[in-house]
Amino acid sequence: MPATDSQKKPAPPRLALPVFVPDFMASAAVESANQSLHDALDNSVTKKDYSRRTMLAELPDAEGLRALAGNIKRHTLDHLDYYLELLEKNVLAHGGQVHFAADSQQANDLVIAIARRTNSRLIVKSKSMVSEEMELNNALQAAGLEVIETDLGEFILQVDKSHPSHLVMPVIHMRAKEIGEVFAAHFQVPYTDDPPTLAEMARVYLRHRFNEADMGISGVNFAIAETGSICICTNEGNGRMCTSRPRVHVAIMGMEKVIPAMEDLPVFLKLLARSASGQTLTQYTNIITGPKRPGEHDGPEEFHLIIMDNGRLRILAGEYRDTLRCIRCGACLNACPIYRKVGGHTYGSIYPGPIGALITPLFNGLAEHKHLPHASSLCGACYEACPVKINIPEMLILMRRDQVRAGIATRTERWIFGLWTWGLRHRWSYRLGQVAQRLFMRRLPAKDDWISKLPGPAKGWTRVRDFPRPPKHDFRYLWKEHQAKKRAMGDGKGILGERSGLE
Amino acid sequence: MKVSLFITCLTDLFAPSVGMAVVKTLEHFGCEVDFPADQTCCGQPAFNNGYPEQARTLAQRMIRVFRGADYIVTPSGSCCAMIRDHYPHLFADNAIHQQEALEFVARTYEYIEFLTKILKVDLTSYRLPEPVDFTYHYTCHLRGLELTGEPCIDLLRQIGNCRFVPLEKAEQCCGFGGTFATKYPDISGAIVRDKVQCGNRSQAQVMIVNDGGCAMNIGGAGHRYGGTFAVRHAAELIAAALEGGHGNAGH
Repeated sequence: MPATDSQKKPAPPRLALPVFVPDFMASAAVESANQSLHDALDNSVTKKDYSRRTMLAELPDAEGLRALAGNIKRHTLDHLDYYLELLEKNVLAHGGQVHFAADSQQANDLVIAIARRTNSRLIVKSKSMVSEEMELNNALQAAGLEVIETDLGEFILQVDKSHPSHLVMPVIHMRAKEIGEVFAAHFQVPYTDDPPTLAEMARVYLRHRFNEADMGISGVNFAIAETGSICICTNEGNGRMCTSRPRVHVAIMGMEKVIPAMEDLPVFLKLLARSASGQTLTQYTNIITGPKRPGEHDGPEEFHLIIMDNGRLRILAGEYRDTLRCIRCGACLNACPIYRKVGGHTYGSIYPGPIGALITPLFNGLAEHKHLPHASSLCGACYEACPVKINIPEMLILMRRDQVRAGIATRTERWIFGLWTWGLRHRWSYRLGQVAQRLFMRRLPAKDDWISKLPGPAKGWTRVRDFPRPPKHDFRYLWKEHQAKKRAMGDGKGILGERSGLE
Repeated sequence: MKVSLFITCLTDLFAPSVGMAVVKTLEHFGCEVDFPADQTCCGQPAFNNGYPEQARTLAQRMIRVFRGADYIVTPSGSCCAMIRDHYPHLFADNAIHQQEALEFVARTYEYIEFLTKILKVDLTSYRLPEPVDFTYHYTCHLRGLELTGEPCIDLLRQIGNCRFVPLEKAEQCCGFGGTFATKYPDISGAIVRDKVQCGNRSQAQVMIVNDGGCAMNIGGAGHRYGGTFAVRHAAELIAAALEGGHGNAGH
């Protein structure tokens, strides 16, 4: 980090994940009113959600495949120590080197140390969420190294000094016009918003940097313990350039990325591309095992695998273990009605959407992101979309419970739910509550039986929509009337009268 | 066939006519309908907000109130989902209570599910007095009930003069989410405005919404933002078709 930043304000406690947008409510208010963002997201993520459905429906047994993928992940996580050791052993056996990092600082230091030892000055990088988690680029630049993002989206963000807003489509929040402006300023060229021209600009520039680079950094989609291989899925070919052209290849992974065997890989490859982008496979699927071997012409001289914890072991030990199944496909973001209205940045950290709402508080602490587990309608679209069957809504509810237990929920809220529950435990108090509500609400001004302004904690409702005025008679009254009518008509059937149920 | 109605607290207070439509249609199809008056709430708001102990208290009460009922039928998808998805887990620490919960779950049906799976009604001989174009909002909690096909649309289509028109982003949540709607009005409002716009674009006269909360939300936003459709429960449309009176009481 630049020194000036730390001088301005006292350093906050170090969080496992960097937080770029600390005020969820403020950001949500702005983005919820941003119609052009909603239109852009409908044109991208909503469409991707539909192509995911279409692509999965074409599989003979998509449900079975998702269950299998979820079970493989569960099994691996249940035996994570074993599989990580196996992975390490097999990477070493193929001439690679393995480093374990307890947190992102250690992981950054490891990359810097490798760069120094190998005399690397220019680093090219393919897309990696874990590197975003580490704020790797900042760390490398602070160490005097030059690093270039080579995924087009990430490159745009690097030039724009901004952050990804989606797991697989990082610049989904930017229009072509904005990208054109960023490139015009960066490359000192006349403005254009023609996507192919912009892509070509980046391509020509990056092509040279690939050639000059000393080190390539990549993420890892899957690490195969049995063979010591890593698998990287990309659509632009930049991943392959980063991992084959430079002298040194450093791959960074969260410790949950390991899978047992090569035969498990197709299960995930089939699901990943379909779920992420509605493709059968990504354009490039690279399986890399160790550095260049004697007699081979291509490939790096050194291969390093950095396996990072940064809080994952703690998550593994608790009730939220299933979150570590995530393969970062972004399907839950695409399916989420809330993501479609607030975009990725509102979620605060680099992990947005439903899965982000879960893992960001898990990494950084429940008190740090108290809105995230609540800012969900629990509609379940994420669970339905998840290729590894993470029951996100159930875990969001669990997290709300943990907030209550940790005293993060307000005293007023706890008091309200206590009173509410008590009221519903008795017929008379339920009736009293319903009658009081009806009498009170029927006194509020209403138009066509719709109330436009509610007081107190309910005012949020009527800020954005009207509230139904309770009719003069509730169901119980109509029911009694109905029963009386039936008795009067001497209709012998269906007369059970009002029965308590608590005899 | 004896059916006990679980009306749900929202329908009781805010949409009693939906409850009556449910009663009339069930009776029409030969059910003896019973309304255990001690019922209150399934506990969903407490559960969803992180108060499982409170939800458990209310779940126990529900199970007690409906003890002895052959079938429990509710017009609200999310309350049915609360019972089915969460009641068994609430009693995970007590085998006897859990068994009771499981038995309760097995007897509980969402209204459309009950019509199609248990009563197996056929509405082809019924007819609405006037032609109606309806669209269907896929209420989210039906996902958990394995009603992911569109049995409701198929059923309503059987009615004469009742034409289905598709809804854009039909499976996108309406933004209700219980306390979510009041806690996060900006987000919830943006989502429900989207739903109203999709409803308007469908040019349907009626949007079928089989959940008390979603109906209040979409109805309230429709009123605020110029919705061109009425929000109705499927039971209301079916009741209207029965009153249309063209058919026999066949089922």
